[in-house]
This record gives sequence, structure tokens and C-alpha cells, in this order.
Amino acid sequence: MNGISMEAGLLLAAILFALGLMGLLMRRNIIFMLVSVEIMLNAAGLAFIVAGMRWAQPDGQVMFIFILTMAAAEVSVGLALILQLYHQLKTLDSDAASRMRG
Amino acid sequence: MELTFYIAGAVAILATIMVITRYNMIHALLYLVVSFLAVAVVFFTLGAPFMAALEIIIYAGAIVVLIIFVIMMLNLSEDATQQEKEWLKPSIWIGPAILSAVLLAELIYIFTAMDVPTTATVPVDAKLVGLALFGPYMLGVQLCGMMLMAGIVGAYHLGRQKKKVTHRFLEKEAAQ
Amino acid sequence: MENLIWLIPALPFLGALLLILFGLKMPRIMVPVIGAGSVGISSLLTIFLGIQFLSDGAAMYVQHVWTWFSIGGFSPGIAFHVDALTMVFIFVITFVGFLIHLYSAEFMAEDADYSRFFASMNLFVGSMLVLVLADNLVLLYLGWEGVGLCSFLLIGFWYREPANGYAARKAFIITRVGDTAMAIGLFLLFQYFGTLNIQEILTQAPQTWSVGSQTAVLVALLLVGGAVGKSAQLPLQTWLPDAMAGPSPVSALIHAATMVTAGVYLITRTYVLFELAPTAQMVVAFIGAATLLIAGFTALTQNDLKRVLAYSTISQIGYMFLALGVGAWSAAVFHFMIHAFFKALLFLGAGAVIMALHHEHDMFKMGGLRKKMPVVFWTFLIGSASLAAVPLISAGFYSKDQILWLGLAGGNGSVILYIAALLGAFVTSIYTFRMVFITFYGEEKTHISHMPGFWMKLPLVVLAILSLLGGFIELPHNFAHFTLFTDYLKPVLPVIVIDEGLATIEWIFQIVAALVALSGIYIAYLFYLKKPYLAQNMERSKFAMSLHRFWYSGWGFDALYNAVFVRPYVYLSKANRSDGIDFFYTGLAYFTQWLNSLFTRTQTGMLRTYMMGVLVGAILVVTISLLL
Repeated sequence: MNGISMEAGLLLAAILFALGLMGLLMRRNIIFMLVSVEIMLNAAGLAFIVAGMRWAQPDGQVMFIFILTMAAAEVSVGLALILQLYHQLKTLDSDAASRMRG
Repeated sequence: MELTFYIAGAVAILATIMVITRYNMIHALLYLVVSFLAVAVVFFTLGAPFMAALEIIIYAGAIVVLIIFVIMMLNLSEDATQQEKEWLKPSIWIGPAILSAVLLAELIYIFTAMDVPTTATVPVDAKLVGLALFGPYMLGVQLCGMMLMAGIVGAYHLGRQKKKVTHRFLEKEAAQ
Repeated sequence: MENLIWLIPALPFLGALLLILFGLKMPRIMVPVIGAGSVGISSLLTIFLGIQFLSDGAAMYVQHVWTWFSIGGFSPGIAFHVDALTMVFIFVITFVGFLIHLYSAEFMAEDADYSRFFASMNLFVGSMLVLVLADNLVLLYLGWEGVGLCSFLLIGFWYREPANGYAARKAFIITRVGDTAMAIGLFLLFQYFGTLNIQEILTQAPQTWSVGSQTAVLVALLLVGGAVGKSAQLPLQTWLPDAMAGPSPVSALIHAATMVTAGVYLITRTYVLFELAPTAQMVVAFIGAATLLIAGFTALTQNDLKRVLAYSTISQIGYMFLALGVGAWSAAVFHFMIHAFFKALLFLGAGAVIMALHHEHDMFKMGGLRKKMPVVFWTFLIGSASLAAVPLISAGFYSKDQILWLGLAGGNGSVILYIAALLGAFVTSIYTFRMVFITFYGEEKTHISHMPGFWMKLPLVVLAILSLLGGFIELPHNFAHFTLFTDYLKPVLPVIVIDEGLATIEWIFQIVAALVALSGIYIAYLFYLKKPYLAQNMERSKFAMSLHRFWYSGWGFDALYNAVFVRPYVYLSKANRSDGIDFFYTGLAYFTQWLNSLFTRTQTGMLRTYMMGVLVGAILVVTISLLL
């Protein structure tokens, strides 16, 4: 049907993953960090789909569904934690939550 | 189709760059939706229409909406945007950006060095995915169910509002 | 009757148990009733048992109470074996023990720890009875350690004085040296015979070992090690003088009459092994001779009344060892019995004197007590006469003369042993009457505060009678030839062979012994009563003074052991406090701590630094995989 190279798909996934990682490291706002994690997860899912398509097998898509489920669970718990943190510290600054300093 | 893939990929990359550089949270989230939609198109071009639908429904729909709800609950003021501006200085982000770029370069090198053929043209439809899910991946599906359950319980437990704002392990909290 | 043997040791144990559990709650009057009563009933049982034993002529009674434990065919029982030898010992232990308990009832009446005292004493009597009644060496060892424990408890009875606790520990540790040797001896016996039943060993040993076999000598010497430790003989004698830190009745019961003679019992009980090991027997004889001389000369210089008696005890046990060494088994046991009577009497008398004079131990601060305390004086005099072996009238003469005679004429006897014993007898009579004259004659130096009452006088009188008459059950061959005691022990212990050539002139040696004893008394009389300036003249002589100091310190054994064992040990343990191995482990701990502080710094608590760590790690891994 088409000639999309696997290379191109994987490159797209890698770029998205790197962007997500960059966002995670750059931002201090904890909600942005969560969003960046979502981007990274999405990129990983994309990589799975690309790989699955290469062999025309459903396994890649199955893995994507698992990642999707995990992302949903993760975001719900993460948001609850953010709420709690905000109530305790009155800020979204992730550096403020540094009580575990050794 | 090929063209569609490249356009969608470019849109996804641009939108993602916008996401991580916005000062305003709502703007960032809107770009995030764009990014997810673009990825959904990519899925479609790759021959996974069901996954494209799921991407739109769950990522662009449920998760982003959830985040927006939380932002609304936090009731952030204008200062938040200002603060983001202060936090996002080049001196802060240049280091991580370079490191991430290094990792990306390595990944690109790995992917381009491979001798890969083009992907198969046969689309894999939802029926095949369903058969695989409830066939060989049965255990994984059950584990996912349990994880969602744990996520729900955890979110409920963590999301409760305590009257006291001290650490919940250290002091006796007022009964809910 | 023989079914009740188990009651003899059980009753004192029961008394101890009652006193330990309820001693603080019961009325004070009940404490001596239980304490002395239990031993009293035991002694009555013993006397009945003895009467039956003598009348029905059985060789031995054996009562198996129960099997203690059973491992791989080795099953020592809680079993009691009574024969003539055991009878002598349990009679002395229960009867003298009972008298001492009666005495203690008054002596200790003012003490706050009345019940603790009687509990320990009862426990001691019970353990001692187990020791002598045991039919196997394991049970004997149990009793052996039990009496060691009680000795420790009672020496340190007044534990608030640190010196007493030190003396208790010293006694315990030094006897432990001997006990370890004995335990190894028991292991060897078990290895060779597969049993520790005493009678079985005694019958099997002559079939397994020939006379003079090396193993027999080794085993016998190890047993001697145990006996030497318990009986305070050379070279483990240093604990006994310090053990006088305990109350006087304790000294009388444990450190004069019973426990310190456990070594004599052990050797007598296993005499077959010693007959198979003449070398070991010779060692025993010479240990005895050396000890009796060293302790005798030391006693000559002591000021502390009880220390004089302690050294004299060591010296008298030396006589017993000498007798064992020459094979005069029954003479040793006879001297043990007589010694138990008069030495208990002397210690109890000394206790009465010390109590009367505000716990004054120094003889030179006593004096003039002859008129004030007539009962104590006369009984003490009788005991002293027995100790000094005054001819004809005292029991000590008959028992000691027998040892002197057999030391020369006995199978293994020799002139050296005889001369040592004779010299010892001479010294004994000097220090004994020096003690009597200094304590009871002269002018009064300390006011008398407490006169002994009935319960203290009664045991003194009974023991004095025994010290006088006890000797008449065994008279020399040429003097009425009345040897009741030897005949009695004949089924258990062999009769010593006497050199026929000397037998005809035995009377010469008896007269020599008598003269030696009497001249010793005369010298003491001369120096300490008649012409005290003689003693003062001697003090001016430099040689006499340094000799005095040397003897006074007990021939420097404490200093020697201190230099040879204690100091190096303390030095080593101090040196070991910071040795190389320690250094290594401390270094390890410090290194761990340093690493900890290093890695603690990475725990910033900042999420983004952690993420950076993850990223750097990922880059590293990918780079490495690319490069490889």
C-alpha cells in the first residue's frame, strides 16, 4: 500500500521521546513533568506500533494497548499525588518537594 | 500515504516542541492534543486504525481532560505563567537539552545504521488485535486490569482532602 | 534402709530449695530449723545406714534412682554407691556438717542474709554428698562442680567487700584449672573403657593396662590435677588462704572438713589407677611432702588466726597426699576423718574468738582469752593438741603417726618422705602452739563483746570429744594392735605392705615422732610465752626477717603466678585491644562511613537531579553498546 520505511517511524518515535525527556528535565513545574512523561510513553507506544507493522503482526498493537492502560493508571495516580503535594506545599515546584535529601 | 506520514510526523514534532516550551499550561495542553492527534494520523498511515482511534479517545481525550480538570481544581493565578518564565531560563535548560540531544543523536545513529526494508503494507485490524489480546496475552490483560484497579484505589486514597496539612504519617490526622 | 540412700543428698537439696524459694518470707527462726534440720535428718539416716551396713556385712549398697541421660550407649545414672569408704565420707559430711550448721545458727544470727547463707550451705552439703555417693564419674563431676560453685558463693558471701569477691573468683578460677585437667582425664577414661562407672573402670583397668603403662600414668596425673586444684596442693594451693574471706563456719565446713578433701576422696576412689601408675603415685607423694613443708613454714609466720589454720589445712592435706602416694590408703582416709574433726573444731573455735573480738583476725591483738572463754579455750586446746599430734591422748597423734610410719616403712615409702613428714610435724606443733599461746595467754588486748552461746558451744564440745577419742579406733600395731578402721576399710582398699625389717623397730620411730611434737610445743612455749625476747632478737637478724617475709607471702607463689600468668595475660589483652585485625575492621567501618557520606550527597531530594542521573546512565549504556 505504501512504502513508509520503518526507519522513518522509529526516528519519529526517537525524536518524540527525546523531546519528552528534554521537557522532563527542563521544567520545574510538576504538571509539565507529568505531561512530558506522557509524551515519552506515547513515543514508546509509537515505536511498538512501527515495529509491529514491520512484521504485520498484532503484537505491537497489543503492547500499545498495555502502555495506554499503564499511562491512564499512571496519570490518575500522578495527578492525585500532585493535588496532595499542592495542598501540602502550596506550590507546583518539584524542587520544593526535596525533604528526602540525604 | 507516505506524504501523509511525513506531514503528520512533522506536525507531531512541532506540536511537541511547543508543548515543552509553553509558559501557560492550558496552551501547552492544547498543543499536546495536537501532538496526540498527529501521532494518531501516523498510526493510521502505518495501518493500525484501531490504535489511532484509541490514541484519540484515551490520550487526547481522557488523559488531557483529566489534567485540565486538575489544573482547574488547583485554581492557578496569572503568577503561575510568570513563574514558569522565570523557571525556564536557558542556563537551566541548556544542559538537559544537550544531553537529550546526545541521546537522540545516538538513537538516530542506531536506527539509520540498520539495513531495514519498508514496512509491510497489510493493515492489522482490530479483530486480529482482539484475538491476540485474549489469546496469548491473556495474562497481560488480567495484570492490566489489576493495575487499573490499584490505580483507582490509589488515586482515591491520595486524592482525599485532609483537614491537616502536616505529614500524614507523622501526625494523627483528623478523621475524615 | 538402703532404699533410702537417695534421701541423704536429697534432703539438703530440698532444704536449699525451700530456703531459696521462701527464705525471705518465712519467719527467721524457721531458717536454721530447715537448714540445720535437713542436714540433721541426713546425718541420722547416715548413722542408721552405717549401723545396718556394719551389721549385715554387705560389701556395698547400690541404688539406681534414674538414668540421667542416654546417648549412644552411654547412660550415666543418678545412681548411688555406698561402701565402707563412702560411709566414712558421708558420715563426716553429714555429722560434722550438722554440727557446723548448729553453730552457724547462732554465729550468723545477726546477718541480714541468714537464709541465703543456709541455702548455700545446704546446697553445698547436698553437692558434696552427691560427689562421694556417685557411682559414676559423671555424677561425681557434677557434685565436684557443685561444691566448687558453693565454695565460690560462700567465700564471696559478704560480697559487698570487693576483696571477698576477688577471693571468691580466685578460688573458683584456680580450682577450674584442676577441674579442666580432671575433665580431660575423664574423657580419656571414657575413650578407653566406654563407661564412666567407677566400679566397672576399677575392674577393667588392670585388664586393659599393665603396671606403668603410659596411658594409665597420663590419666592418673590428670586426675591428680583435679585433686590438686580442689585440695589446694602444690602448685594450685594459693586460693585456700584467700578463701578465709568467707564466714568461719564456711571455712570449717568447706575449707577444712569436706570440700578440700575431695581430692583425697577422688584418688582413694580410683586407687586402682594409681596402683597401675607408680609414677603418678610417686608424684602424689612428693606433692604432698612439698606442700606440707611449704604450707607448714608459711603457717609459722602468719598473723591472721584463720590464715594460720588455712595453711595448716593445706599442710595436713599434704600429709594425706603423702599417705596416698605411698599407698597407705586407709591411713589417708583415717587422717581425713580425724582432721575433719579437729580442724572443724579449730575453725569454729577461731570463729568464736573472732566474733568475740569484733571480727578481729590478727592474733597479736588477741590474748588473755583463757580465763574469759574457758569452753572455747579448752576445746581449742584439744583441737590444737590433735593438730600438733600430742602423743597418746590426741586423735591426731594416732592418725599422723601412722602416716609418718608408713611414709618410711610403706611399700613406696622412703627416707626423704619420712624426713619431710617429720620436719612438717615439728613445724606443725610449733605454729599450732604459737597460735594457742598468742591467742589465749598473755594479757587481754581487745575487749570481748560477744560470748558464745549454747548452740556455739555444743558443736565445739562434741567435736572436742571426737578429736580426743576418735583416734582410739585405730591403734598402732605394736600398741594393743587394735585396727578397727583399717579392718573396716579392708573390703574396699588394699592393706599396705610394710617393710618387715623396720617393723620390729617401729617403737623407735613412734618415740621420735612424739619427741618431735613435744619439742615443737616447747619451742613455741619458749618463744611466745616464756622468753618473748628470743623472738624479738630474731627479728633483728636480717636473714630471719627476709625469710619471714618470704614465708609470710606463702613462698612467693602469688607473686610468681602474678608475674607468669596474670601480667602477661593482662598485657596481651591490652595489646589486643588495638591489634592489626581490629585496625582492619575499624578501617572497614570508617571506609563504609566515608562512602555513605559520599553517596548521601547525591540524595538531593530533587526530582530533576535524579532524572539527570537516569539520562546520563542511559547515555552511558547506549554509548557503551555502540562502541562495543
